[in-house]
Amino acid sequence: MTNAIEMRAVEKSFGNVRIIQDLNLTVAKGERHAIIGPNGAGKSTTFNLISGHITPTSGEIDLNGERISGLRPFEINRRGLSRSFQVTNVFAKMTVWENIRCAVLWATGHRYAFWKNVDSLPEVRRRTAEILEDIHLTHRRDVPAGLLTYAEQRELEIGITIAGGASVIMLDEPTAGMSNTETDRAVALIRRLTEGRTLVIVEHDMSVVFGLADRISVLVYGNIIASGTPEEIRGNPKVKEAYLGEEEH
Amino acid sequence: MTELTSRAPTPSDAAPARNIGFYATWAAFILVVVLLPLIFRSGGSHTTFSLIGIAAIFALSYNILLGQTGLLSFGHAVYYGLGGFLAVHGMNAIAAHGLPVPLPFVPLIGGFAGLVFAVVIGWVSTQRAGTVFAMISLGIGELVASSSLILRSFFGGEAGITTNRTDLPALFGWNFGPQIQVYYLIGFWLIISAIAMYALTRTPLGRMCNAVRDNPERVQFIGYDPHVVRYLSFCFAGFFAGIAGALAAINFEIANAAYLGAVQSGIVLFATFIGGVSYFFGPILGAVVVTMLQLELSDVTTVWQLYFGIIFIGIVMYAPGGIASLLMMHRPLIRAGTLPMILPAYLVAIVPTILFACGVILTIEILAAYSQGNAASSTIRLFRIPFEAANPMTWLAAAVLTIGGFLVARMTWRGVTAAWDRAMMAARERGYHA
Repeated sequence: MTNAIEMRAVEKSFGNVRIIQDLNLTVAKGERHAIIGPNGAGKSTTFNLISGHITPTSGEIDLNGERISGLRPFEINRRGLSRSFQVTNVFAKMTVWENIRCAVLWATGHRYAFWKNVDSLPEVRRRTAEILEDIHLTHRRDVPAGLLTYAEQRELEIGITIAGGASVIMLDEPTAGMSNTETDRAVALIRRLTEGRTLVIVEHDMSVVFGLADRISVLVYGNIIASGTPEEIRGNPKVKEAYLGEEEH
Repeated sequence: MTELTSRAPTPSDAAPARNIGFYATWAAFILVVVLLPLIFRSGGSHTTFSLIGIAAIFALSYNILLGQTGLLSFGHAVYYGLGGFLAVHGMNAIAAHGLPVPLPFVPLIGGFAGLVFAVVIGWVSTQRAGTVFAMISLGIGELVASSSLILRSFFGGEAGITTNRTDLPALFGWNFGPQIQVYYLIGFWLIISAIAMYALTRTPLGRMCNAVRDNPERVQFIGYDPHVVRYLSFCFAGFFAGIAGALAAINFEIANAAYLGAVQSGIVLFATFIGGVSYFFGPILGAVVVTMLQLELSDVTTVWQLYFGIIFIGIVMYAPGGIASLLMMHRPLIRAGTLPMILPAYLVAIVPTILFACGVILTIEILAAYSQGNAASSTIRLFRIPFEAANPMTWLAAAVLTIGGFLVARMTWRGVTAAWDRAMMAARERGYHA
């Protein structure tokens, strides 16, 4: 079986600064994979590399066995990978309904159509309503996204990410800035919505990481120092030393 | 929060009422276009309405870029002007070869000319949005405007190229000599274009234009290439600008370098912005206001462009949503029936505001009279009241009106704000939201 994501010897330099060096990461299909690491370790850069936001200086990235390094973000998205953003990144002046609907349009094959009435596309309507129901924002459907509360915007962000039906979902710190109850809600939401899909998540909240992930990779200074199940990571001395800051001597 | 929203009418309840209102609005629009020249019967008003119609199509096409896709263009007149030139050449060719093409089809020539040039130029200029797009549009605008003076055989140099619309085959006995027939030709294309451009906003592409406007980065991660969205939007804008340009060519029976230039590009930006970019009908209002200002102000004062600029700055600073937004912000109050709560405050505020405006006008006219060196002999007529520009009493009146009007107006507008908040609160209590 091919892996959902495979990164081989990926490097990324900005000028002389090498942010990512010899990065090897494998995410199996259907797995919930968390990437953790201290600030500045390159977690977001790794996300940006996979999603095509930036191109690797060298190395290869495959999505479901197909080479995607060097492709543009929308080309990668069309091949079944969708990501969210650390900073809320919605269509602020458009309503909640329209935000989700836009995210559904390409996947339902309507592309750049300028000869169809967007309001009379039954499948688009149905899928949009489903997603809204899934993220519990149906009662807010006509509110401009910019006027939602922070937690609601984060939920909408997740909704936009999953709306296109991508097989690989990448969430960048989905619970950042949330209260404990909001975090619990968000985790339950993520767990439910990514059922049967591959999930890659960057997260600082360790209870979220250890509660959600099947496998965890630890990124330090642009390099994966360990990759394994939560138990393996917990017991890994290298991780303790490098990431948790505990001395092992 | 949930309590408040749950009381608001749900979309499914409101849908039938909204549909009736929607079709009623369009029917009213068509009715106005048809009936206006029958109510105002003078030739002068028919000319004015014709110009407004052309400006409205042009401004609506500009708003496909600015309001819908978030592209600020300084060179939209290129497609208007090239549409106009191609239409004139087309008309001359039709007349010369006796082709069976009646005048009402000529705007299509302009439209396709605009489209073709947008297809060619747009691919490069829409690579980026923001400043890059604005600069490229400015550059291309200058390029085309200057080549119009160099390529004389096509553009006719400074004189331009003339045509005669009555040389084309008549349609149902209409030869489009009289202005009213031209008006109805423009009105027909205004209605068709407005409906088409509105329909465009309701398509998948139209929705994605809004998405690209709001957040081009995110669009890439839901499968769309923002460049392609901008490009297609640009092509449509070029097409409808070309139609407007062709109608102008039909109306004036000439196309010249002024059609393509920076001034024309600036005016359409003014009209669209003053009208309001965030509502579909905003640019139509802007086209009405700007065309009227252009026609009327220049008769009344020599410094009409100054007023034009002041109005534009005022809108940008105090009502960035334009006239359309000013009107539409009252909608929840009208629906909730709380509008009467603010009307007294408006009536109170309007008096000192008008006095302040009169003071500003007097000041400007006194300064204009002095700067033109004819202050001693010049008389300013304000609402038919004569003021001697050189008379110190006039200066005093101007100063008192300006300063006093400003201070009192500022106070009364605070009253309006307070009344507004009360009316809005009352509207919210009745379950209506902005």
